Amino acid sequence: MAFRSIGAGGRAEDGGEDSRGGGAGSGKLSFYEAAPDEEISLEDFEEYALDRLRVLKGIEEERSRGKKMEEMDPLVSDLWRKHMGSDSSKKDVISHFILRLAYCRTEDLRRWFLGIESVLFRHRFRCEMPAAQQKLMDDCNLPYKAMTSAEIEAVKENLESVARSTNQVSNSKMYYKVPFEDVPELVSGRKVYLRRGEAFVPREQLSFLVVGQFRSRLSKALVLTNRKWISFIAGEEKDRLAPMVEALSTRYLGPDYTQPKSSNEISLQDLDQLAKASFPLCMRSLFFQLRDDHHLRHGGRQQLGLFLKLEDALAFWRAEFSRKVGVEKFDKEYAYNVRHNYGKEGKRTDYTPYSCVKLIMSTPGVGDHHGCPYRHFSEDKLRASLGGLGLNSRQVSSALEKTRSQHYQLACAEVFEAVHGCSSDGINHPNQYFEQSRALLQQPKVKQMCSFSFNDTVEFFSQEEPASGGENNNNDANEEKTTLMIS
Amino acid sequence: MAGDPMEIDGFKQQQGQALCNPELLSLYYRRIFPFAEMYKWLSYGNDGKHPSCDSSFFGRREFSFTLENDIYLRYMSFRDASEFEATVCEKRPQKIDIGAVYSVDPAKRLAYASVSNDRVFAPVEKELVFDVDMTDYDDIRNCCSGADICLKCWPLMTIAIKVVDSTLREDFGFDHILWVYSGRRGVHCWVCDARARKLTNEQRASIADYFRVYKGNENNNRKVSLPTHLHPFLARTYSQFLSRYFDEEILIKQSLLHPQENADKVLKLVSGQGMSMQYMSSAYSELPVQLEEKKRNNRLLPDEINRQRWADLQRKLMQKRGIQVELVFTYTYPRLDLEVTKKMNHLLKAPFCIHPKTGRVCVPIDPEDCDNFDPTTVPTLPELFNDLNNGDARPVSKDWERTSLAKSIRFFKSSFLEPLLKECRCQLEASHHKKLQEMSARPNFTW
Repeated sequence: MAFRSIGAGGRAEDGGEDSRGGGAGSGKLSFYEAAPDEEISLEDFEEYALDRLRVLKGIEEERSRGKKMEEMDPLVSDLWRKHMGSDSSKKDVISHFILRLAYCRTEDLRRWFLGIESVLFRHRFRCEMPAAQQKLMDDCNLPYKAMTSAEIEAVKENLESVARSTNQVSNSKMYYKVPFEDVPELVSGRKVYLRRGEAFVPREQLSFLVVGQFRSRLSKALVLTNRKWISFIAGEEKDRLAPMVEALSTRYLGPDYTQPKSSNEISLQDLDQLAKASFPLCMRSLFFQLRDDHHLRHGGRQQLGLFLKLEDALAFWRAEFSRKVGVEKFDKEYAYNVRHNYGKEGKRTDYTPYSCVKLIMSTPGVGDHHGCPYRHFSEDKLRASLGGLGLNSRQVSSALEKTRSQHYQLACAEVFEAVHGCSSDGINHPNQYFEQSRALLQQPKVKQMCSFSFNDTVEFFSQEEPASGGENNNNDANEEKTTLMIS
Repeated sequence: MAGDPMEIDGFKQQQGQALCNPELLSLYYRRIFPFAEMYKWLSYGNDGKHPSCDSSFFGRREFSFTLENDIYLRYMSFRDASEFEATVCEKRPQKIDIGAVYSVDPAKRLAYASVSNDRVFAPVEKELVFDVDMTDYDDIRNCCSGADICLKCWPLMTIAIKVVDSTLREDFGFDHILWVYSGRRGVHCWVCDARARKLTNEQRASIADYFRVYKGNENNNRKVSLPTHLHPFLARTYSQFLSRYFDEEILIKQSLLHPQENADKVLKLVSGQGMSMQYMSSAYSELPVQLEEKKRNNRLLPDEINRQRWADLQRKLMQKRGIQVELVFTYTYPRLDLEVTKKMNHLLKAPFCIHPKTGRVCVPIDPEDCDNFDPTTVPTLPELFNDLNNGDARPVSKDWERTSLAKSIRFFKSSFLEPLLKECRCQLEASHHKKLQEMSARPNFTW
């Protein structure tokens, strides 16, 4: 798939050989002026985009924790290395342009992408060698004049004064005259000397200038790309690229549940206990449905299957299904799918387990049991299921209220809290629910974290009115503490 | 064109002591308010015949009116000066606010509402503005509080004008700055350079932050927070203005260190930094010989006491100069309402409005002469009415020339409007010239 026709938002429309685009020969960091002139496979297309998105979302998360600029530098480097690898020029440029397509389509998306790419650029720039920084500055033809030594001499005292007032060492020999409008962060913090509307910016503060340029160029490019996308791409690439690109911006990218975690292997025998104690309602229903019926439809198999990720998955599924359909039929018709899910057939990719968003948005039909129960179950059914988890009527009402106002994930979080006696970190993914649950249940000293110690939960649950359903039995869950996990 | 004496007499008999009422306002708008000058200002040269002029410019400016009974009308706009004048005279607003120039006529904004995702109705230009209000200084005023002002606390406004005006010119390079009395207890600043009008919200916020030295919210009042070594802007502000005004005006007029309860307030600020109250106030029993003499005879003036104590305090703080500097900042540095500055869509009261509570006109203030500005002698509506009635009978081209407002309006025209319009004309010329060059450089149209 060639990029040439869609990616370029700025200059170099047809010049894919422009080295500024970040082809193999140029420096590592670029302004993404020119779209790459490459062919890549559809799989790489998606993978590159997702990896970059992981970097961007990782940055967003760190910033939301209030990290300072200096603290962010190593974090960003780590994220970059982890997801993009060390020799990443090609991937860098390609993934950037793919995400431009995905994030050009509305103003909100553009604003987010612009902001976070600017942060990424800023930190990568700060970590570059001075020589590379200088080259980047020269390359992008920043319209700022370097000050002559006579000019610097004339205001030397003031420049030193500014440096001292911000606890910086002013051994800079190079200063640039920049309109104050271009460096709002420096003006804001009184970190720069101003005279008649000009800011005298030392070399060390260059990143602001360069990032400002990057930002304004990308902003224009995004608007341009949007126009092209609307008029040109949507028709031509409607069925091939468009769906994938559009899905990118809503894709779940939380903890990577595709990597098998050997420390968390579950054995078949333990599955029942585990399901009772730690499965979120969506998976629990599917699981016990399977147990009861020895059958699940495709949607349910996908959802539960990806959630489980068992080594012995095949044996498990076979054990369940064969009770209904017989071993031979299972081997013939279902085994392939199960193996496909775990990457042992065909494309051999491990699919990502579905996130809450995906489950909520799915549309189970009649006879299906998948999707998000808080959304798709009737209120009666939901009430019954929650009772089956051991919730008292107050807790059930509280959760139901959340579902009525369409806060499905909040309802799940409420249930988590009710079941474990401790609030969750928010539920965005069934595997996340599971992991948090395991983490809590395995804690020997649960007292500090939760309102009850784990041992107390037995009494807590047994005091409650058991709602309908026979699964109000968490005593087993207590004992499994020592027998289950290989940690 | 003199007004009809019978009509004015009729008004006079009815009004009595009212400072501002609908009838007086009506008269003011019909006879005095300088519509033509305001229109010229807000058109920035686009009201001319030059081919570069944008005739839609004035019509895209948002105004808002506050009528009697607190009825508030937003998104008003006017095609030209006469529509502006006619509407104001008809509605007699108690307050006229000026907002931003938008991409389309604000009155027609709903027609563009759902055209596309990108906002079509958006602010395009707006003056950079500042608002200083005396109530923000209540914690350091000993003479008045709340809405009251007097000549003892007015110097705080003078300092604000001087500091902000000089910084806007020297640091930011702005030239066309209009200062206006708000009519009761504060001042407004309008920066009208083209460069200022085109600033984004982020840039405005950065300028506001550049001025900020107070860290604090309503809970912990205002705490000055300064680094040990000052930025040149703050250092210059301190040495050129703050220190001088503190010594000569604020200390004495506010009587900061006498009597004891006033002094205690100051000491409290300072003693938090490791200097005990006792140590600080121990000076007060020690006075030099000649003053002791006076004290015994009960002839010691408060001014002398204040100066003496301040000298003593400075001596004691010599080792901790930072504290002294912070003290001076606390009692003099401008307290700006930064939210007003930060956003393009903020509306601010128009110059030459009448303040409904005081009846005073919002007159321009000359920053070069603001030491001599006296808010208590600003013309009021009844006075203007009186001027019209009993003033100069010679023929004048405009009625306001008969009144005590004449000086203010002339100042507005000569010191602010004319230089501004001259520059606007140059800019229009230049952009026109540039456009011609671009057009001739482009290749011919091909089919």
